Amino acid sequence: MDGSARILPDRLNSGFSSLIKSWETLLLAVAIAVFIVNTFTSPYFLDPWNLSDATFNFTEKAMIAFAMALLIISGEIDLSVAAIIAIASTAMGYAVQLGAETPTLVLVGVGVGLACGAFNGLLVTRLGLPSIVVTIGTMSLFRGLAFIILGDKAYTGYPADFAFFGQGYVWWVLSFELVLFVIVALIFAIILHRTSFGRTIYAIGNNPTAALFSGVRVQRVKFVLFLLTGLMSGIAAICLTSRLGSTRPSIAMGWELEIVTMVVLGGISILGGSGRIPGVVIAALILGMVTFGFGLLNVPGIVMSIFIGLLLIGVIALPRVLSQLVKAKAQ
Amino acid sequence: MLDHKGTVPVNVQDTNASPGATPILELSGISKRFPGVLALDDVGLKLYPGSVTALVGENGAGKSTIVKILTGIYQPDGGTIRIDGSAKRFATPHTATLSGVTAIHQETVLFDELSIAENIFLGHAPRNRLGLIDWSAMHTRAADMLANVGADVDPTAKLRDLGIANKHLVAVARALSVEARIVIMDEPTAALSHKEINELYALIESLRQTGKAILFISHKFDEIFKIADRFAVFRDGREIADGLIDDITPDDLVQMMVGRSVDQIFPARQHHQGTEVLRVAGYCHPTEFQDIGFSLHEGEILGFYGLVGSGRSEFMQALFGITKPSKGAVRIDGQIAVVRSPAEAINRGIVYVPEDRGKQGAVIGLPIFQNISLPSLSKTSRAGFIRLAEEFALARDYTARLDLRAASLDQDVGELSGGNQQKVVIAKWLATRPRVIILDEPTKGIDIGSKAAVHEFMAELASQGLAVIMVSSEIPEILGLSDRVIVMREGLMVEQFERDELTPEKLVRAAADIGEAA
Repeated sequence: MDGSARILPDRLNSGFSSLIKSWETLLLAVAIAVFIVNTFTSPYFLDPWNLSDATFNFTEKAMIAFAMALLIISGEIDLSVAAIIAIASTAMGYAVQLGAETPTLVLVGVGVGLACGAFNGLLVTRLGLPSIVVTIGTMSLFRGLAFIILGDKAYTGYPADFAFFGQGYVWWVLSFELVLFVIVALIFAIILHRTSFGRTIYAIGNNPTAALFSGVRVQRVKFVLFLLTGLMSGIAAICLTSRLGSTRPSIAMGWELEIVTMVVLGGISILGGSGRIPGVVIAALILGMVTFGFGLLNVPGIVMSIFIGLLLIGVIALPRVLSQLVKAKAQ
Repeated sequence: MLDHKGTVPVNVQDTNASPGATPILELSGISKRFPGVLALDDVGLKLYPGSVTALVGENGAGKSTIVKILTGIYQPDGGTIRIDGSAKRFATPHTATLSGVTAIHQETVLFDELSIAENIFLGHAPRNRLGLIDWSAMHTRAADMLANVGADVDPTAKLRDLGIANKHLVAVARALSVEARIVIMDEPTAALSHKEINELYALIESLRQTGKAILFISHKFDEIFKIADRFAVFRDGREIADGLIDDITPDDLVQMMVGRSVDQIFPARQHHQGTEVLRVAGYCHPTEFQDIGFSLHEGEILGFYGLVGSGRSEFMQALFGITKPSKGAVRIDGQIAVVRSPAEAINRGIVYVPEDRGKQGAVIGLPIFQNISLPSLSKTSRAGFIRLAEEFALARDYTARLDLRAASLDQDVGELSGGNQQKVVIAKWLATRPRVIILDEPTKGIDIGSKAAVHEFMAELASQGLAVIMVSSEIPEILGLSDRVIVMREGLMVEQFERDELTPEKLVRAAADIGEAA
C-alpha cells in the first residue's frame, strides 16, 4: 500500500501488567483473606491434619468443575453431573453385590460416567438440542434410575482396598484425592491453555459459526467435552463412594450447582468464550476453606449457602463496580 | 449518470447549503482516543438544513467513530458539539435522540420477534390516556410511515418474516418516526437491490425537501455524486477537506481519501491459465441451486455474478462443506473429492471468505493471531501442543503481507474496522496455503483504498497460481478482475462469458432476465 510492510508487535501490554489486573489475582487476594480470617477465628484451622481433611470439601467437586469449565467456555453446560455420580455409584454398588473386586468397580464407575457423558453429548450434538434442557432432563433420568434400583436401601460392603481412593494417603497428610486433584488440574490447564484442542474450545465459545467456517469440527469438540465431563463425574463417583463406603440414591445431591458456582467464581464466563483453569483452582480452594472454616465454627449449612451466594455475587460485581467508580472519577 | 448535476440549476436547498447559511449541527475540535489508536484527531463537521453531506474516507478514517459520538454511544475526549449554535453533550443515545439526531446503521439494530410497528415505535410508542400503548394509533401511524418509505408490508407482521431489504426500510421508518432533524445514514444501500436503492434516493430527496440535515456515509462514488450536496473527507482520524460536491470530481475525492492518485483502479493482469484444479459437475440442492457445473484452473479468477438471492453464496457454502448438496460431484486435480465439512474442504485446499464477516468470518473475542492460526493449528503445533512462537511468526508474516492496520497481534479482531477484519480473514486462509480460494463479496462495505488493495491482492494470488472464485454483485469488480464470469439466476447457471465478451449490459440482462438493461 503505502511503502514498506508493517510488522505488528506481538503484544502491547506486558505479561506482568495483565497479570496484576487479572481475575486470578483478585481471587488470590480473596483466598488469602479467607485464610487469614479462618486462622484468627479458629485455633484448629492451622492444624495440618485438619487442613488435609478440609481438602475433601472440594477435591471431588473440583475434578468435575475443571471439565465443566471447558464445557461452559464452549458455550454448553452439563447439569446432570451430580446425577451421573449417583448412577455411577449405584452401578458400582450393584457390581459389589455381584462380587466385583476393586479393578472392576473402577471400570464400572468410569464406564458409566463415560456412557452418561456420551448420551448427553449425542443428544446435544446430533439432535441439536440445547444442553441446559437436555441435561436438566438427564439429571432427573439418571437420579431417577438410581432411586428405582436402590429404593430406600443402601449398598455397602465395598472391598477394603477400594477405600484407598477416598480415604488413602500418598504421603503424610497428602491424601490420594488431593494428589489426584492437582494432577487433574494440571492436565486440564494444559489441555485448555497449551493444546490446539483447547484453542478450538475458545473459538467455539466466542463464535461457533465462524469457528465452523474456519474448519473447526464444532460438534466433535463439543461431544468430546461432554464425554470428558462424564468421565470426570465417574472418577468423582469412585472417590466419593470410596470415601463414604456406601451408596444411597441421594448421593451428591445438589452438587451440580455448587460445581457451576465454583466454575463461575473461577472467572469462567457463563456466556462462554473466556476464563482460565487457575481461576477455577483458586475458586475451589476458597470454597473449600469457607466451608471448612464455617464448619469449625458450627455455622449452620443454610448460613453457609447464603454466604457463598453473596461471595459469588460480590466477586463478580466487584470489577464492574470498580470500573464504574474509575469512570465516574475520570469525568 | 451525472448529467443531473449539470442540468439542475442552483435551487433553494443548494442556496441554503452554501457557505454563509447556518449549520444545524456543528462539531469542532473533536478527538477520541482508544487504546493504541487516536481514532479522531481534532476534527470538525458541519451539517446544513435541507442538505445531504457525504462523509467519505477509508476504513479506519474515523467515520464510524464520529457516528457513534453523534449518537451518544461514545463520549469524545475533547471538542464541542453544537446544535443551532448551543453546545450539547450526548451522554447517552437517548439524549442524542432528544436533540433530534437519529441514525440508520450499517447493520440495522432491530428485533426479529417484535412486530414491524413495535420495531418502529420501540421506546416512543403512542400512548392513550391511561398511559398504555395506543395500538390502533401505532398501527395506523406505522402504516403511514411504511407507505412513505415505500415498504409494502403489514405493520402487524413480525420483523423476522421480512427480507433484509424490507428490514432496512423498517429501520428508515423507525429513524423518521422520532421526528429527527439530523439523519445519519451509515452505508444504507449496502444490502439493497437496484430498485430499493432508487426508492431510498427518492426518500432522501423528500427528507431534503423537508429541511432535514442528512449525513450520508457511503463507499459508492456514483451514489455520492448523485445525491450529495456537500462532502467531508476524513483520513486517518483527521479532517482533510470539505465543500460543495459540485466543485469536485470523483478523482479529486479519491485523491483526498487516499492521499495519492488512483489512476487505475483495477490491476492489469495477464491471464495465463494453468492446469485444471477444480471441476464441479451436476451440483444440486433441494431448494437453493440446480445443476451447477464448471471447471477452474490455476491462475484463473472466475467471477460469479447475480442478484441477491440467486443462490451463489448457497452454492459456495455447499462447495465448502457447510451445507450438503443432494447430487453432484467435485473433482480436485482430477480426483473425486467428497467434502462433508469445512475441515475436509480446507484439507483439500478449498477455502471460503464469507460475506458475513462479523458472524462467519472472524471470531470476534479472539485476538488477531489466534484468528489467523485457527485453521492452521496443526501446523503451529506439535502433537497437539501449540508452539506460541510459531503461531506469532505465522500471524506476523501474513498480517504484514496484507498490510493490516492494528495496534498489536494480541488485539481483539472485534476492535478492528471492517476492512481490517476482512484482511484478517484472508490472512487466515492464505496461511493454510490453499489451492482454491472463494471470496464472497470480498469488498462489500470496504472503502475504495482497501478495495484496491484487496483487488491487487487477488490478482497477485492468481498470478502465483492460486485458483480464485469471486462472488460479487458489483459490476465494475466483476468486469475489472474476472477472466471468466458465470451468471446465476434463481439457483441456475444462466450464462457464461469470457473476459473479452463481457459488457455491463450483458451481465445485467442475464442476471435479471430482462430484454433491455435498466
